[in-house]
Amino acid sequence: MERKPFAITLDPTSSLANHTGNWRTMRPIYLDHLPPCNQGCPAGENIQGWLYEAEEGKYEEAWRKIMEENPFPAIHGRVCYHPCETVCNRGQLDEAVSIHSVERFLGDHAIEQGWQIEAGKATGKRVLIIGAGPSGLSAAYHLSRMGHAVTIYEAGPKLGGMMRFGIPQYRLPRNIVDAEIARIEAMGVSIHMNRKVENLEMAIKEGIFNAVFLAIGAHLSKRVDIPSPDTGRIVDALGLLKGMEGKEVPKIGRRVVVYGGGDTAIDAARTAKRLGAEETLLIYRRDREHMPAHDSEVKEALEEGVLTRWLSMIRQVDENVITVEEMKLDEKGYPQPTGRMETLEADTVILAVGQEVDTRFLQDVPGLEISTDGVIQVDDTMMTGRLGVFAGGDMVPAERSVTVATGHGKKAARHIDAYLQGFHYAKPPSNSVAIFDRLNTWYYTDADQSHQPYLDLARRRASFEEVVGGLDASTALLEARRCLSCGNCFECDTCYGVCPDNAIIKLGSGKRYEINLEYCKGCGMCAEECPSGAIDMIKEIR
Amino acid sequence: MKQQIEGSQAVAQAVALCRPEVMACYPISPQTHIVETLSRKVKAGEVGNCQFLNVESEFGALSVLIGASAMGARSYTATTSQGLLFMAEAVYNAAGLGLPIVMTIANRAIGAPINIWNDHSDSMAMRDAGWLQLFAEDNQEAVDLHIQAFRLAEELSCPVMVCMDGYILTHAFEEVDLPTQEQVDEFLPPFEPVQVLDPQDPVSIGAMVGPEAFTEVRYLAHHKHLQALEAIPRISQAFQDIFQRSSGGLLKLYHTDEAETLLLALGSVNGTIKDAVDDLRAKGWRVGAIQLCSYRPFPLHALRHVVHNAKRVIVIEKDLAVGNGGIVSSEVKLALQGLPTLVDTVIAGLGGRPISKAAVIDTVKAACLEGLEEPHFLDLNWVAINRELTRQAEQRRSGPTPENLLREVGSADWKTG
Amino acid sequence: MSYQRIKFYQTGTFTVGNRLLEEGERTVQAQKDRTNSLNSGHRACQGCGEALGARYALDAVMRATHNQLVAVNATGCLEVFSSPYPESAWQIPWLHSVFGNAPAVASGVAAALRAKGKTDIRVVAQGGDGATVDIGFGCLSGMFERNDDVLYICYDNEAYMNTGVQRSGATPARAWTNTTQAVGTEPGNPMNVGKNLPRIAMAHGIPLVATASVADLHDLETKVTKAMSIRGARYIHIHVPCPLGWKSDPAETIKVARLAVESGLFPLFEAEGGVVTDRTPIRKQVPVEQYLVLQGRFEHLFSPRDEQALAAIQAMADRNIHLYALLPTEPAMGT
Ligand SMILES: Cc1cc2nc3c(=O)[nH]c(=O)nc-3n(C[C@H](O)[C@H](O)[C@H](O)COP(=O)(O)OP(=O)(O)OC[C@H]3O[C@@H](n4cnc5c(N)ncnc54)[C@H](O)[C@@H]3O)c2cc1C
Ligand SMILES: Cc1ncc(C[n+]2csc(CCOP(=O)(O)OP(=O)(O)O)c2C)c(N)n1
Ligand code: SF4
Ligand code: SF4
Ligand code: SF4
Ligand SMILES: [Mg+2]
Repeated sequence: MERKPFAITLDPTSSLANHTGNWRTMRPIYLDHLPPCNQGCPAGENIQGWLYEAEEGKYEEAWRKIMEENPFPAIHGRVCYHPCETVCNRGQLDEAVSIHSVERFLGDHAIEQGWQIEAGKATGKRVLIIGAGPSGLSAAYHLSRMGHAVTIYEAGPKLGGMMRFGIPQYRLPRNIVDAEIARIEAMGVSIHMNRKVENLEMAIKEGIFNAVFLAIGAHLSKRVDIPSPDTGRIVDALGLLKGMEGKEVPKIGRRVVVYGGGDTAIDAARTAKRLGAEETLLIYRRDREHMPAHDSEVKEALEEGVLTRWLSMIRQVDENVITVEEMKLDEKGYPQPTGRMETLEADTVILAVGQEVDTRFLQDVPGLEISTDGVIQVDDTMMTGRLGVFAGGDMVPAERSVTVATGHGKKAARHIDAYLQGFHYAKPPSNSVAIFDRLNTWYYTDADQSHQPYLDLARRRASFEEVVGGLDASTALLEARRCLSCGNCFECDTCYGVCPDNAIIKLGSGKRYEINLEYCKGCGMCAEECPSGAIDMIKEIR
Repeated sequence: MKQQIEGSQAVAQAVALCRPEVMACYPISPQTHIVETLSRKVKAGEVGNCQFLNVESEFGALSVLIGASAMGARSYTATTSQGLLFMAEAVYNAAGLGLPIVMTIANRAIGAPINIWNDHSDSMAMRDAGWLQLFAEDNQEAVDLHIQAFRLAEELSCPVMVCMDGYILTHAFEEVDLPTQEQVDEFLPPFEPVQVLDPQDPVSIGAMVGPEAFTEVRYLAHHKHLQALEAIPRISQAFQDIFQRSSGGLLKLYHTDEAETLLLALGSVNGTIKDAVDDLRAKGWRVGAIQLCSYRPFPLHALRHVVHNAKRVIVIEKDLAVGNGGIVSSEVKLALQGLPTLVDTVIAGLGGRPISKAAVIDTVKAACLEGLEEPHFLDLNWVAINRELTRQAEQRRSGPTPENLLREVGSADWKTG
Repeated sequence: MSYQRIKFYQTGTFTVGNRLLEEGERTVQAQKDRTNSLNSGHRACQGCGEALGARYALDAVMRATHNQLVAVNATGCLEVFSSPYPESAWQIPWLHSVFGNAPAVASGVAAALRAKGKTDIRVVAQGGDGATVDIGFGCLSGMFERNDDVLYICYDNEAYMNTGVQRSGATPARAWTNTTQAVGTEPGNPMNVGKNLPRIAMAHGIPLVATASVADLHDLETKVTKAMSIRGARYIHIHVPCPLGWKSDPAETIKVARLAVESGLFPLFEAEGGVVTDRTPIRKQVPVEQYLVLQGRFEHLFSPRDEQALAAIQAMADRNIHLYALLPTEPAMGT
């Protein structure tokens, strides 16, 4: 017989024989939900994923995670309009995570450290890429990683496309562009500069390419008809900006008028200011609210002393003066003439009213479809009507940005890869979006956004030095830690701690957790308390 | 060593010699002198490392001992009357958990009306709690039973009450032979618990038990008492071997051989009874006496064996099962079931009323010659009772019976304590 | 505040663990090899705050004592769901006697340990609010007054739950229970009744009195650990929501507890020798309504709205906030 008195004295922990799991009507499951930032990133970065690494100071891991999707973190950290931050859940709490500044830190850090990405094992397939802007380079990068032999034909004398010939240096220093492109070159991509493709079919045939990615951007400046006796005083913004990369600095007048409301207009105005224009006036048909330019860019331009004149159209350009008509917005927000005219002094007028794709050499390609607004039609695999010819970036219908172009490059690469192997690539489906309501935000510490340093105004007005500085390592770390890890377990142990039934097994650092269904009663406390919303309660199936 | 000593002091000395480790006490007359003495001894460092806790109630006192005993400490307390009832829940619990606590009951009546004097109502109220109950006839036996009680309790893992009559014994100065520490140590081995709270070997004590096992648990408690029927005489014998005197056991017999009439009682009244037996025998009455030393377990078989030739057993008991009669006599009847022996119940000595030798002799005679009504109340003041009954019948608001009676018997100066 | 909150970005010390903190700064509960004093298989309701609170507290005691611990339990839910024959969920030596005597039983255990010179083994007594503020109050007060070396933990779920939700001396104003039904002119428990046991404990001048909540684990563990560094009578009063008795969603047990703290209705503080020495500030103050509305036991305050009662309960919270200075400015960010 037992030494212990019968029934009133029990063995320790004998309750394990009682499997309370059979009380359950709902069961918890760990499920990674799609963070809004990831969903919002045109380059398809796993932002939450790399922030998670960065939070621990694992910068190389973080950087490599970015590099799986995007070869240009240092560039994107500077010029991406970061739609991820617009949708970042933290924005509903205090301020969005400054994703771009951490990304920039990682990109710069990688350049300093000389981290490199290796090309994949050779597949023997040859791909031609036309145009070395972000889209072309991104495709080249991904295809190289997949082991395909990539050849780039670039019309210009240097690589980078608009990243070099459009975006001014004070926003994107060229050493950064060089460094991130050099990394791709080092992967063994065969690059031919000053090689403008005029005949696509011939180029394919000569090079025995298995597939082509077109990424020629949109380089033709649009014109508007403005009566002017002296068209020489009217220049286009792209020409000006491109000229900045030449040997001689372009000449401009004392009083400069920039006509347009997009980012290019702003860049032209700020460049003119730096080139010594005493007065730079931005003229736009509509008002500030309706400007397509990004707000931060406008703000910075104003800070630097760029003057603005909203609701105005240039009607006439004469020597030293221009005539503008005041406009008013109708209910739909379109500008309508008022008949009220005014003359203003101006030595140079810079037009920044948009760009078009130079599709001339593509006119005869069989099957390739060019829409009325001059862009190339692609299907959802980024393939044009011509089999094996894909296209992306500014030349296809989409938002025109470095990030979209880079994303297109990646997407096209995946489909080209599939095409070359004879299958269809399908993006793996992701779980539902980790919307703000999924989060239990009580747990997060209060933390305001870190701010990047700015160059002082005097220097901004007079030089092409980079305006916005980077975060230092400790600030970048703290900024990364502001991330709420939306929808993704970040191993806070809360579920493990709050389960009244010890029904959660901690598997150890990096291995996350498991529900012990023998004892889980299905109370839902773990799911309710999980700060990041990484646990779902589903109906029990028996 | 023999000495003239107050019963309480003697018991306290004996308890101290048993090397208790934890005591928790709450004062109540007539137990006070015991705990006062022990408290002094502990504080003076005469009881080793024993811890003496002055607690907030008897319930607290016994609860402390439940914890101490479960932790493997030899544990002791003393109480009586209201105090015993106040601890009632813990009394049952200690037995249910099988914790070998020893407790002195300085037997006293239970109120209302409040009464500090001796009878056995208190320990009788706890008779089914699962504790062993041993009754001392005199202070020597009180001392001896305490020493035996620890050994008995710890051997069986069952708590023991040692009952001694309040005031009559607790406050009486008599000659008592107090044992030496060596003798006690030889008789009483160190406490080795059957279960203990031990972080090295954790157990859960005090589970909730449902219908599926409760009866078995209760049977096992009963079984312990059956084992005690064997252990009590054996331990009493072992005691005699070391201390050279007979004390305790289940029953103590006085001229029972050949007796036609046997008197049976618990506690100190046995002294008076023995005197009465001597007188009656001198006059040729064939009487004898049985001292019921172990009331729990109730020695049914031993009693039946002793009594089976007698014509009549007169149970003199200091308690009353209100609405029924004798508590002890009911159990004696059970023991004698099927025998022709008559059993009389004599309710006597309630609330400290003296039981005189003459009254015992008269009762024996009356029983033998005329027979007694059942139950028989010794020395009942029928005049007072009848008047009160009449008053109650006449008026609704007849006032409180105890005060009315006090006025009747004209002795309103009775002390209360 | 009893512990230095680490205002590290992300979740700091608000979550149970946090991989960004040093091991030592995470809770006992975050440890992979935590002891689980109260193990799986117990029969507490889904989302039971008491089961959680008990494991939180006792695991911390185990950690502080290197598992040299004996626990005494009063009758109540915790006792019943943890130890129905033939299974016990306890991993520690554990004793249940009756409903009203846990403090005294624990005093006895402590006395036995003292007698045996085994003072490295420590004693914890635990019980529900009923066991503590009502039936066991005499024993508790005695244990305090003697300054016995016992940590007493009250798991306050604000009613007699084990017997099916009846009122105790800790049932809050206007709460429904089965003996304070939501009928009549003042439905629920009357206003201005009940006992504040932490304050009564303080009046005994014992070395440590603290309140804690299952919603603030770091705070709870720090208090328990501190309690174990002290000898003598110590009292910790832990707020543990009961989904059954409070008619709240089992998933929201911690949330409800958190709102009790954040509204000021359950102040977290610490007192040494009868004097309040520390308090845990409210993080994000909320009106009491947010707390009450989650619980069916207060339903009658909302249909129709009983403005007077709501204002009176808010006044109670405000009084706590004032009394314990629960709303200081948070220290500056950083570590
Ligand atoms: C002034 C300015 C500022 C901008 N600022 C930003 C910004 O801050 N953030 C942002 O995200 N986006 C910005 N953009 C937009 C962004 O630069 C473009 O959307 C992006 O560069 C498009 O990339 P892409 O690869 O499609 O084309 P491009 O960058 O235009 O690259 C196309 C390349 O193809 C080459 N090419 C063209 N035709 C041929 C041919 N026939 N044969 C061979 N090569 C050819 C070109 O020389 C060029 O190098 C800005 C654009 C401008 C103009
Ligand atoms: C002396 C006594 N009276 C009443 C009971 C019935 N009883 C058992 S547990 C309990 C309620 C316990 O309430 P509480 O202490 O608050 O603990 P909870 O169950 O709420 O956790 C009651 C009334 C009892 N066991 N003993
Ligand atoms: S908080 Fe983090 S995971 Fe959530 S949206 Fe923002 S960056 Fe993405
Ligand atoms: S509570 Fe914390 S550890 Fe658990 S799933 Fe959510 S993020 Fe991961
Ligand atoms: S907290 Fe525990 S019992 Fe409740 S659902 Fe989660 S795993 Fe299951
Ligand atoms: Mg309760």
